[in-house]
Amino acid sequence: MEAYLDNAATTRVSDGVQQIMSQTMLADFGNPSSMHRKGMEAERYVKEARECIAASLKAEPKEIIFTSGGTEANNMALIGAAYANRRAGMHIITTQFEHASVHNPLLFLEELGFSIDFAPVDEYGHVKLPELLDLIREDTILVSIMYVNNEVGAVQDIAAISTAVKAKKPDVLFHVDAIQAYGKYRICPKKEGIDLLSVSGHKFHGPKGSGFLYVRDKVKVKPLIFGGGQQKGMRSGTENVPGIAGLGKAVQEIYSGHEVKREHLYMLKARLLTGLQEMEDVTVNAVPEELTECAPHIVSASFAKVRSEVLLHALEDKGVYVSSGSACSSNHPGISGSLQAIGVKKELLDSTLRFSFSVYTTVEEIDYAIEQLKVIVPMLQKYTRR
Amino acid sequence: MYKAFLLKYAEIGLKGKNRGVFENALRDQVQFNLDKLGKYHVLREQGRIFVECPEEYDYEETVEALKKVFGVWGICPVVVIESTEWEQITAGVIDYVDKFYPEKNFTFKVEAKRANKQYPMTSPEICVEMGSCLLEHFEGLKVDVHEPQVRINVEVRNKTYVYSHIIPGPGGMPVGTGGKAMLLLSGGIDSPVAGYMIAKRGVTIEATYFHAPPYTSERAKQKVVDLAKIISAYTGPIKLHVVNFTDIQLYIYEKCPHEELTIIMRRYMMKIAEHFAEKHKCLGMITGESIGQVASQTMYSLAATNAVCKMPVYRPLIGFDKQEIVEISQKIKTFETSIEPYEDCCTIFVAKHPVTRPILSVIEKSEENLAEKIDELIKTAIDTVEVIEIG
Repeated sequence: MEAYLDNAATTRVSDGVQQIMSQTMLADFGNPSSMHRKGMEAERYVKEARECIAASLKAEPKEIIFTSGGTEANNMALIGAAYANRRAGMHIITTQFEHASVHNPLLFLEELGFSIDFAPVDEYGHVKLPELLDLIREDTILVSIMYVNNEVGAVQDIAAISTAVKAKKPDVLFHVDAIQAYGKYRICPKKEGIDLLSVSGHKFHGPKGSGFLYVRDKVKVKPLIFGGGQQKGMRSGTENVPGIAGLGKAVQEIYSGHEVKREHLYMLKARLLTGLQEMEDVTVNAVPEELTECAPHIVSASFAKVRSEVLLHALEDKGVYVSSGSACSSNHPGISGSLQAIGVKKELLDSTLRFSFSVYTTVEEIDYAIEQLKVIVPMLQKYTRR
Repeated sequence: MYKAFLLKYAEIGLKGKNRGVFENALRDQVQFNLDKLGKYHVLREQGRIFVECPEEYDYEETVEALKKVFGVWGICPVVVIESTEWEQITAGVIDYVDKFYPEKNFTFKVEAKRANKQYPMTSPEICVEMGSCLLEHFEGLKVDVHEPQVRINVEVRNKTYVYSHIIPGPGGMPVGTGGKAMLLLSGGIDSPVAGYMIAKRGVTIEATYFHAPPYTSERAKQKVVDLAKIISAYTGPIKLHVVNFTDIQLYIYEKCPHEELTIIMRRYMMKIAEHFAEKHKCLGMITGESIGQVASQTMYSLAATNAVCKMPVYRPLIGFDKQEIVEISQKIKTFETSIEPYEDCCTIFVAKHPVTRPILSVIEKSEENLAEKIDELIKTAIDTVEVIEIG
């Protein structure tokens, strides 16, 4: 038996996505910029994907810029907006536990002379709003907040934060890294006061190498990639037609029967949490009273006296695939920033695993994972460093 | 420009009656390394190896491949003049000096050889004539027969070969001339270097790696495979024996004093490696140990580890400092792979204060606690070995 519980790292593409991608690779393989019919056919896929995505956000198609994924979308949002608005000020605010694709572009901007402040979060991973508001200055141009944290699944009340921020300083741009949120929640940027929104395709059964940045009309962003002027000059380079077509298809699929899908994820989460609570020496992280206040697809749990890497490999041996910390950063030595930010005890930082689900995840997989954990964890606990 | 390479070797030249064996091995190894790049003719003649390059070849790539052949002391890129007519030869040599020496103010000496003894000029005559010809043509050149800055070699055969540069080779002896040894390979910096150094003396290498899933990851194993692949560019194909050591490790952990874990573990690793070494007709084992580097590499620990082996254990890095080992690993390009962060995560098996002066009798006493199951566990580890052919 296999249980793939690492869907926050990446997901399997859906059959529909695979089909439309094959179609654009084998048959309709033209370059959207070509003048002839082959080009027009390819362009149609891009147009339809753009329209479908815009509709999912109640936005305009022209507000969608396709990128190579979430990382590029975050880079473009932060560096592009900071550069384009630098005359209005050089101060940017974010939180303590952003993903590296937000954190590192901000460090780059700091090198260029911008100043960056980090707002703290509480034990549930919620941004402390008063502290955040205190950081706003005369020269603040941009606030960047993650919608759903990738390591612990904390969800921010984006609308409340943006309202408060804009009440204090109306011209501040509000960027949201929605890479773990899009496909799990219906997001309406205009209602929630979002100016820039980053999304990655492979987190919800689209292909790797696909994603987009929503840029609200009239918001100034400087492109990062220059060339033939595709996508109205905002993102040059021949459009990744298979990726874009696959992304569009994935969006269409994930938002049909959306509420049922989310219920399924919450049910899985509740089941895993129950299983974990039956075990000794297990702490789950950032789970509030109301389960619906945290993300439906991510569970972070710490296993005392077990090294996460060893547990991960032992589970892997039984066909259970999970992450230690966040997969994007777990190749690098060093301890998870998100876990520290929400106050996970020092001795548990290196004992924490992330389980994450998708619509394909079954109850049987959850039960199997719990069953394996109940055997493996006590066994590994026997062998601790003396 | 360069159409051929002349390879010089040092130590093989000293061999007596079996010199031919060494020369043939070197020729074969050169051919083996170059076959991966294209169709080169490799000839053994008169105390050198001569490589003729195909019509189209990549100079840098070829030199890199030749630099990986043990036994090669120097690599001379050769310009070929398609004639033995004196006028053509002088024109060719002048052209050669013109091209390769932009600053024409050095001391030189012409060294000549003629394979074709029918040639109308003797070697000394060629030297003298060519020397004066160059002096006439380039004002800044001076002859110094004792310590010239440049030695211009002119060899007249059915064509004429000119060379003056010598690129240093790795030295050593051709692989396959020195028997076979079993390398205990880990993902660290030292053991690949140790394997390289023994292979450099002409020894064929096999390797044993111990992994301990889930305490070590698949990636850690892949890293060892990658390291073996890098050194196989020098040593030729390597047979890698991957042994699952988890159960033995856990058993030792349960039954033996914690400070002695590492030393006991290493003793069993040596024992198992020796089994494969014997089975595959190796004449010795190789480790990357260096005195005092870690607790298990003190003189006391080495003695305790060594006591389990009947076979000689070669430790080429024994007197090296870490920095010296790092320098070699950078030179042979294993360093970047060795420092990848997938180190063995079996820190729970490392005591906070391991013994640094183990006493053999005490260790042996502790091992008595393992009597019940250890033979069976070793047998299982041996029976379930995975063999990977690399290179």
